[in-house]
Amino acid sequence: MPILSKEEARQIIDKVLSFSKADELSANLSGSRRGNIRYARNAVSTSGESDNLSLAITAVFGKKAGTATINEFDNASLEKTVRRAEEIARLAPENPEYMPMLGPQQYLDPQTFADSTAKIDPDFRAQATFDSIDPCRKKNLTAAGYMEDTTGFSAIGNSKGLFGYNKATNVDFSVTVRTADGTGSGYARPDFTDVGKLNTRSTTEVAMQKALASVNARALEPGKYTVILEPTASVELLQNMMRSMDARSADEGRSFLSKKGGGTRQGERLFDERVTIYTDPMNSELPLSPFGGGGGGGGGRFGGGGGNDGLPQEKTTWIENGVVKNIPHSRYWADKKGVKPIPGPAGFIVQGGNQSLLDMIKGTEKGILVTRLWYIRAVDPQTLLYTGLTRDGTFYIENGQIKFPVKNFRFNESPVIMLNNLEALGKPVRSGGNLIPPMKIRDFTFTSLSDAV
Amino acid sequence: MGAGSLLLPSLPAFSRTVAPEALLEPGLDVSVKKRLADAALNAAKSKGATYADVRIGRYLNQFVITREDKVENLINTESFGVGVRVIADGCWGFAAIVDARSETDMAKAAEKAVSIAKANATLMKTPVQLAPQKGFGEVSWKAPIKTNAFEVPIKEKADLLLTANSAALKNGANFVNSQLFLVNEQKYFASTDGTYADQDIHRIWPTFTVTAIDPKTGKFETRQALSAPMGMSYDYLQANPTDKITGITTRYNMGYDILEDITAAAKQAKQKLSAKSVEAGKYDLVLDPSHTWLTIHESVGHPLELDRVLGYEANFAGTSFATLDKWESKNFQYGSKLVNFFADKTQPNSLGAVGWDDEGVETQRWDLVKDGILVNYQAIRDQVHIIGETHSQGCCYADSWSSVQFQRMANVSLAAGKTPLSVAEMIKDVEKGVYIIGDGSFSIDQQRYNFQFGGQLFYEIKNGQIVGMLKDVAYQSNTREFWNSCVAVCDQRDFRLGGAFFDGKGQPMQSNAVSHGSTTARFKGVNVINTARKI
Repeated sequence: MPILSKEEARQIIDKVLSFSKADELSANLSGSRRGNIRYARNAVSTSGESDNLSLAITAVFGKKAGTATINEFDNASLEKTVRRAEEIARLAPENPEYMPMLGPQQYLDPQTFADSTAKIDPDFRAQATFDSIDPCRKKNLTAAGYMEDTTGFSAIGNSKGLFGYNKATNVDFSVTVRTADGTGSGYARPDFTDVGKLNTRSTTEVAMQKALASVNARALEPGKYTVILEPTASVELLQNMMRSMDARSADEGRSFLSKKGGGTRQGERLFDERVTIYTDPMNSELPLSPFGGGGGGGGGRFGGGGGNDGLPQEKTTWIENGVVKNIPHSRYWADKKGVKPIPGPAGFIVQGGNQSLLDMIKGTEKGILVTRLWYIRAVDPQTLLYTGLTRDGTFYIENGQIKFPVKNFRFNESPVIMLNNLEALGKPVRSGGNLIPPMKIRDFTFTSLSDAV
Repeated sequence: MGAGSLLLPSLPAFSRTVAPEALLEPGLDVSVKKRLADAALNAAKSKGATYADVRIGRYLNQFVITREDKVENLINTESFGVGVRVIADGCWGFAAIVDARSETDMAKAAEKAVSIAKANATLMKTPVQLAPQKGFGEVSWKAPIKTNAFEVPIKEKADLLLTANSAALKNGANFVNSQLFLVNEQKYFASTDGTYADQDIHRIWPTFTVTAIDPKTGKFETRQALSAPMGMSYDYLQANPTDKITGITTRYNMGYDILEDITAAAKQAKQKLSAKSVEAGKYDLVLDPSHTWLTIHESVGHPLELDRVLGYEANFAGTSFATLDKWESKNFQYGSKLVNFFADKTQPNSLGAVGWDDEGVETQRWDLVKDGILVNYQAIRDQVHIIGETHSQGCCYADSWSSVQFQRMANVSLAAGKTPLSVAEMIKDVEKGVYIIGDGSFSIDQQRYNFQFGGQLFYEIKNGQIVGMLKDVAYQSNTREFWNSCVAVCDQRDFRLGGAFFDGKGQPMQSNAVSHGSTTARFKGVNVINTARKI
């Protein structure tokens, strides 16, 4: 089993550190077990499981760093790998931006691990898949889906006395349901820390309902529309925006957060005043790793966002009431600017309201319900303009009711403009490792029609 | 990243960081690989497999990453292991083992694959129908490289990028990021059909982005490299004058001059800052091969993958508008009569070139669209019966020994025009147009109808003359409408390859490298949008 306990991990890391002859040495030990099952045309196509346990050792002389990795843990192998990392470091070019390793840190203790997820086995995956395919077969619909579960741990230690350990689980399920004649398509994609919250049958029923409701879509003229974006639709646009927040590129003048004449737009109101976006590793719906790095995979639960140096992840507000409050600063850039380093968000929460999606539809006179956006690509990094398309169920709303399905649109829109044209926010739900509310946006720009279903 | 897209740099699974010297160490001797492979094949057969194949893979990567005057990162990795795929009880099973070096390991992997196949067989409605394939015996294939980039001292490679960065900064760039990606796949394939194929594949991609900033307006513009990722090695960086295509800016064929390109890029990024913002409307597009490869990739390569057509990628990359009935009709006009697309896994120096695919099929060239009509797809051994073929086209690929092989895109190219036509002659005929060089932003729907593409350099054409630089350009069209608007294709003299180094598909996602060739082509009356916004 590749999941080591905190004490087992500490023993290996301590042993590694004892072999060091370098100025500084760090060890990142991580292990994971990943299982997956994939199906299409109402039948399983592939399934698999893989274990991985590996140790990365970074040795530093002055400002020269070298890394070597290994997956054997006897003393001789560990010592050999320390020597190899030291050798690579000696030959490496000097990195003028190298930052000395961190000393001991205080970490939060989020509940990123669920036993139920760690216990998933091939039978569980097969049953989950059957529960998704079965209702589709009965209604002459075609399901294609994928479930991936990850259980992992990540431990970090260095010669300055830092030590951190975290154990995490995640399950990600997605399903696309199409009508037999290919004229309707629906999608659903939940993700959880605890698989006990996942019901593949009811999730599939959401996609089935969308597939059936999207048949015989009518064409509307492209243009500016009021839209309701389900979290599955807005998540990627918001993620792209959050990933683009970086102090260095803003200071360098090549970011949407660059200020004309120099500096960043931190402190400026860039969005509607109802927009507040923050990260909180202790949130019970979205627990995140207490430090960056260490591998293990699976995004923020395992230690994503913010390098592999053990910088603590803390509660951080990025945007507060429409004002840019904090911008991620790497340790190098923070040192240069004389500010506190802030690791990038591993997952984020968009503060919402209490309205359900249905309430939002009821309160809409004319608009379009967008359930998913697809193939989103940057068009202009200066304005964060993105293009992409609606997919798997797009509907016209009139007088508080869904009237009919509409053909898919291509959009060209910036999340910055979108979050200025905010009409209403609903209750946040977990989507793609974030908590995102359904959002009602006016003047969302659709530029052309697509025949795709 | 979305499927059918281009991934950011990715490393094969289970890669471990090694010293650069380790990349020069020889892999296992071919006789050892054969012995190991036979152990797996025999174990699979004895456990009841009716077919088995083994891939013993050693995957080497070296990435050199710089910005301005600094080497930001040097990455050297090696991944070694074995993947065994079997058919038992009519169903596929697959298992992989990292660092497998003994006959016992091989037998274990084979047995696990058989047991998975048998377990999954209970869920199968119809058994796998595998196209027969003759065995080729012990064969080998090696990319025809002249200089192995892994043998070039790492300092020389880093210095080349830093010299290029310095040239960019001297010529007006405010920032520059450059990278060199090198890959060597050492693959050994064996199957119960009797093929033992030892192959050595090399890939290289030197690339950069320069940024120019106007502090007065707070605007910035970028220009990326006009290099192509190639199935070559360091020889690609040793350009001869004959590899250069001169014109409004120099473009490259089988050799790339990074210093020349980055110097031009710095000047052009600056020029873009004051370029005219395009007026939205209909234009004739003149598309350079450094741009067109991506439009071919998205609107021809992907929709003609048979697994997409059948629905196997429905949950992720999507399906395809090019359904079987359109192919069966024999009169589906994919493009104008000038449009001929071919798939080719033998194209010299291309990313997809190889001797045998990952299920032991000898590679080949075949037509996809002939005189504008859809005539074929890309399919592998368990699919070809669906399109009435008895022999696979040889486009099965796995990105690692630890991944299951599946249908991947072959090199798909637009054939050169048969009538002599140069780029200058083509431009002379254009009244109102935009000449686009380099690939930029790209997006297409899940059935490959509606797309939008940007580029690196845009030039306005008026009455047969290039009159200046444009910016904020993107074009939107529909696959069939677009290829039917193709009114001219330059001749073979202009044929060049572009390509994707990291093309993503599947769940879990796998990366594939694929080239797309074309000559400059003209498209009539395409919808151009203006992408400038204010925030």
